[in-house]
Amino acid sequence: MSAKERAAGSVANYVDERTGAAKWMKKNLTKVFPDHWSFMLGEVALYSFIILLLSGTFLTFWFDPSMKEVEYEGNYGPLSGLKMSAAYASTLHISFDIRGGLLMRQIHHWAALLFMVAIVTHLLRVFFTGAFRKPREFNWLLGIGLLTLGIVEGFLGYSLPDDLLSGTGIRIAEAIIQAIPVVGSYLAYFVFGGPFPGEVFIPRIYTVHILLLPGIFLALITVHLMLVWYQKHTQYPGPGRTEKNVVGYPLMPIYMAKAGGFFFIVFGFTAFLGAVASINPIWLFGPYTPAQITAGSQPDWYMGWLDGLVRMAPPLETHAFGHTISWNILIPGLIIPGILFTGMALYPFIESWMTGDKREHHLLDRPRNVPTRTAIGVMSLTFMIVTLLNGGNDIIATHFGLTINQIMWFSRIGVLVLPPIAYIVTKRICLSLQRADRELVLHGKETGRLVMLPHGEFIEVHEELSPEKKWTLTQHEQLPQLEIAQENQSGVRNPKGLRAKLQQRASRAHQEQIEKPSAKDLLELGDGHH
Amino acid sequence: MTTDNHSKEIAPLSDPGIPEHVHRRTDTDPKAAKKAERQVAILFSISAIGTILFVYSYTFMSGDIFVFLPVMGSTNAKQLFLGLGMAISLFFIGLGAVHWAKMLMPDNEIIAHRHEFRSEESDREDFVKTVKAGAEAAGLGRRSLIKRSLGAALGLVGLTPLLLLRDLGPLPKDDFTKTSWKAGTRLVTDPGNRPIKPSDLEVGAVAQVLPELQPGELRKLENIGKDAVLLIRIRPEEFQLDAERLSWTHEGIIAFSKICSHMGCAVALYEQQTKHLLCPCHQSTFDVTRAAKVIFGPSARPLPQLALMIDADGYLVAKQPFTEPVGPSFWERDSA
Repeated sequence: MSAKERAAGSVANYVDERTGAAKWMKKNLTKVFPDHWSFMLGEVALYSFIILLLSGTFLTFWFDPSMKEVEYEGNYGPLSGLKMSAAYASTLHISFDIRGGLLMRQIHHWAALLFMVAIVTHLLRVFFTGAFRKPREFNWLLGIGLLTLGIVEGFLGYSLPDDLLSGTGIRIAEAIIQAIPVVGSYLAYFVFGGPFPGEVFIPRIYTVHILLLPGIFLALITVHLMLVWYQKHTQYPGPGRTEKNVVGYPLMPIYMAKAGGFFFIVFGFTAFLGAVASINPIWLFGPYTPAQITAGSQPDWYMGWLDGLVRMAPPLETHAFGHTISWNILIPGLIIPGILFTGMALYPFIESWMTGDKREHHLLDRPRNVPTRTAIGVMSLTFMIVTLLNGGNDIIATHFGLTINQIMWFSRIGVLVLPPIAYIVTKRICLSLQRADRELVLHGKETGRLVMLPHGEFIEVHEELSPEKKWTLTQHEQLPQLEIAQENQSGVRNPKGLRAKLQQRASRAHQEQIEKPSAKDLLELGDGHH
Repeated sequence: MTTDNHSKEIAPLSDPGIPEHVHRRTDTDPKAAKKAERQVAILFSISAIGTILFVYSYTFMSGDIFVFLPVMGSTNAKQLFLGLGMAISLFFIGLGAVHWAKMLMPDNEIIAHRHEFRSEESDREDFVKTVKAGAEAAGLGRRSLIKRSLGAALGLVGLTPLLLLRDLGPLPKDDFTKTSWKAGTRLVTDPGNRPIKPSDLEVGAVAQVLPELQPGELRKLENIGKDAVLLIRIRPEEFQLDAERLSWTHEGIIAFSKICSHMGCAVALYEQQTKHLLCPCHQSTFDVTRAAKVIFGPSARPLPQLALMIDADGYLVAKQPFTEPVGPSFWERDSA
């Protein structure tokens, strides 16, 4: 035994005698994880979060979360002598006087954008592959919680510098609070400590941004990961992959190196963005005052859909009995987002109701094999993309020589018309892809090689798929439609009436598919028919 | 293969199992493995160079050199090289580690087994028994007095944090309906605090004004957020106003609240040709000639108009306070 081994051994012994960790570690150090590029999306989100914690901590050393008015005397000439809040002045100080301060600010902001990109793409991966199904519904809900918190956290973060752009965002948030029926004006006064903007909201949102929400984030992320660990990762279908196993590589050493290395890659990439790509140059916007604004005011991308919805809302207000209800704010600002996020959170339960499937699933779906889910996903995505585009309507207008009015009307109509079209088209595409898969399995791959038969007929040679490929294309299960009795033998209608009927129809829509080829089909085709 | 041709059951194709492991060159050829090892070492070395670049730029580079970056434009060199140094130092550690894993660590796939999460039936029964026994021991079922009083006490305790939050802010009272404008308040420039005569504004001009500050008074942001007014001058014959609203203008000068009636942004874009005011936040568009009527966008109400007149010294003053609340709507707002 070398000296090194002895030293390591005595440390391990010390820890194990006090915790019994060896038993757990021996099992978990070689825990198997399946490999796929799309499993790295969630990793990117986790790593961005760590980068955010690190860079954010750095920023707190100099940021002064105060709205006290100061006169700027720092290194940035154009703003010299201007009255501004201490928050804005300290952000300038970080950007111009602290070495690496601007870099850290930009890394922090880029990491926040990346965090949200990673969360959203991870969510889409989980949705389209059906990874949210039993037993992973808890993790889906935790994920929706993290997404929601991420949006709020990001918004609060870019509001902290108290520049003209961020103040405008806060002003809009105040208007949304103020629009809430009955309690709105009271809530707004409680949040802002009086009339907008007041002198308390920066210190308040600072506490929320750096303490409250990161704390909740840490807790939720920990549970999210513990569940992934405990429930074991899902895997894509393929030869040897079943519902009863996990096929992949061990944590030690493969994933320690790969995932650990990937953290550095993500951090390095974010640092590169922070180095070369200016983001949120607050010194160009100037300090916040409610009477000023810049043209082309844009929120960060993950708020764009909300802004786009607000922009396209019809000018509706109800005035009655001495009260005002602003539908033009409530519908796009609270009601539609509420419906979207509730629907998203409930989707795993809705789907299991539609299919009647209450079993565990660990093999992922290929999106084409579940046409209705895929179509619902693309439909929702289309809705979000139209609203996101409308959130940038002023930028699109100036860059493409269009009028705001054209884009707004396109969005207003498009947001209603395009999602259903996307649903239908996606479903048809999925069914076509299923048909193509069936064709491939039964008749093989087209090789482009033409052969003339002795009697003069030309045929194209089809190459039979490998057994592995055939299995991958046919391993999925095609559930039968639910048969829900609408009435019993004596003709009494099902007491669940409408719900039963709805479930029957949903199941019919959901289970619409092209029958996959079976061994029997292949046998009937016989040999020589390729 | 023996498949019953008459069977209605659709037999699935069979799972061929995990494909045989194919060796990489680094598994079989020691030279290739040695080469991969060198590659990993080179990647880690590049990271070290990045750190040196970082230290150099932090310590020795001047902070006022600017270099031109394609697409990005002029960039501060110190911040650029600090960032590039950091990016290189981090990125290549990652690249090295991944390359190491892919080329030199074993790539045999391993199979682990899953187990159903559902507990054994006996465990579930025992669990229920334990819970029941616990509840029984505590007497939750029998001692309803305890249960009820505890429920009530917990509910009341819940009030304390609510009450503690009460002092987050004052009650709005009628703040939302009031601004600093009163009959006779002079309109002054911002910045400058100078009163304005009609002759200061040419036809086509637009200016942001605020109510005049009394000596010793400080301008608070929250006042600007309600008091900001846009002064616009057009040719008087272009107005399409009713008699009352026309009487609120002066020689073609008309004044509107600058705070958007939709969500409170500053309505700062004035299109001189069309006489439209546009809010850059959500593109609500208001027609100046028709008392800021909404002609496009999500806002449901015109911008409130401030009645103007001339005081004894010839300066523009407010004839009366705003007749309706300025800014976004709120529940207590009582006017169409």
